[in-house]
Amino acid sequence: MTSTAGIPSKDAVAAVHAARGARDVVITTMSPARDWMTLPQHPLDVVFVPSAMGHATSLGLGLALAQPDRRVIVCNGDGSMVMNLGSLVSIAGAGATNLVVVVFDNGVYEVTGSQPVPGRGKVDFPAIARGAGFSSVFEFSDLDSWKSQVATVLAAPGPVFVALRVIAEYGIPGPRSPGPAGDRGRRFIDALRSS
Amino acid sequence: MTLFTGEQIAEVLEQLGITHVITVPDSTVGQWQTAIETRGRTRLIRVCREGEAWEVAAGLHLGGATPLVMIQCTGLFESGDALRNVLHDWKLPVFSIIGYRSYLNQSTLPGDTCLVFTEPVLDAWKIDYRLLTDAAQLGEIAAHYLACREAGRAGAILVAEGKA
Repeated sequence: MTSTAGIPSKDAVAAVHAARGARDVVITTMSPARDWMTLPQHPLDVVFVPSAMGHATSLGLGLALAQPDRRVIVCNGDGSMVMNLGSLVSIAGAGATNLVVVVFDNGVYEVTGSQPVPGRGKVDFPAIARGAGFSSVFEFSDLDSWKSQVATVLAAPGPVFVALRVIAEYGIPGPRSPGPAGDRGRRFIDALRSS
Repeated sequence: MTLFTGEQIAEVLEQLGITHVITVPDSTVGQWQTAIETRGRTRLIRVCREGEAWEVAAGLHLGGATPLVMIQCTGLFESGDALRNVLHDWKLPVFSIIGYRSYLNQSTLPGDTCLVFTEPVLDAWKIDYRLLTDAAQLGEIAAHYLACREAGRAGAILVAEGKA
């Protein structure tokens, strides 16, 4: 079963994948991670599975601060975002101008069986991001607009926040870890040093 | 009361090459912020809750920096899933300084349950910690940090506090 309003999640993720620069770090978690792993992988991908739910944005903040000359893109779920809304305040407060947070808002905890997220249909993520102090805030609900503007959005003055209204899908398994996290972390550090 | 001054802590952090301190303050560790920021070699990163601090530190570590988490034990209790993820899933050797509320006296919070849970929680998360209860133990911060770094494991310094 699929709800029809919004952008197909796989297409929304694919647009980020196509627009990311070779030196960009991309962190994905929850449903965006599942879709990201169907695409060609990059040494500077961080598939945040297993995660501490909600903390992809915090991980991204740390990476952005450590690597101020790189862009760090976090592809987050809406359930994860509401679990750690304060991280938006921390990001803006820290002045992480090279960080982009993309929230895939489908209104449900898709990976656990699509139970509703608190405040579904009522939460105004762009308003929250603006209130937290993000420099650039965008929202998209149709694929053509997102695909045509994604490169511009990623290059906007940061920190950047993007809310994507994506279509909820039901009955699809959540993301599987692509391998032991400790080993992947070490490979990521090596890749960062050599790129 | 605080066992150590901000200047002492800031100097230790500099000597250890700590690049970022990720923190939520309490009335003890919070007093160190001014000295850390004034000296300017260690950047202070303020987060909204302690769980964030571990993941920010994880990102900093993956990115090549040398972070340290500085929180109160109540924040340790709040940090559980992030601790599990950073220290045990991703196996990142993040070091921390944790204020131990009410250890030196309970005048503010008689019967403070921080005294019941803090050390068992550190043990449960398999964190190698040292408890400092006297100002003469300042040197143990660097010694324990360096031992943990050499072993590639996470560690913590538990600093006894006297009030909330």
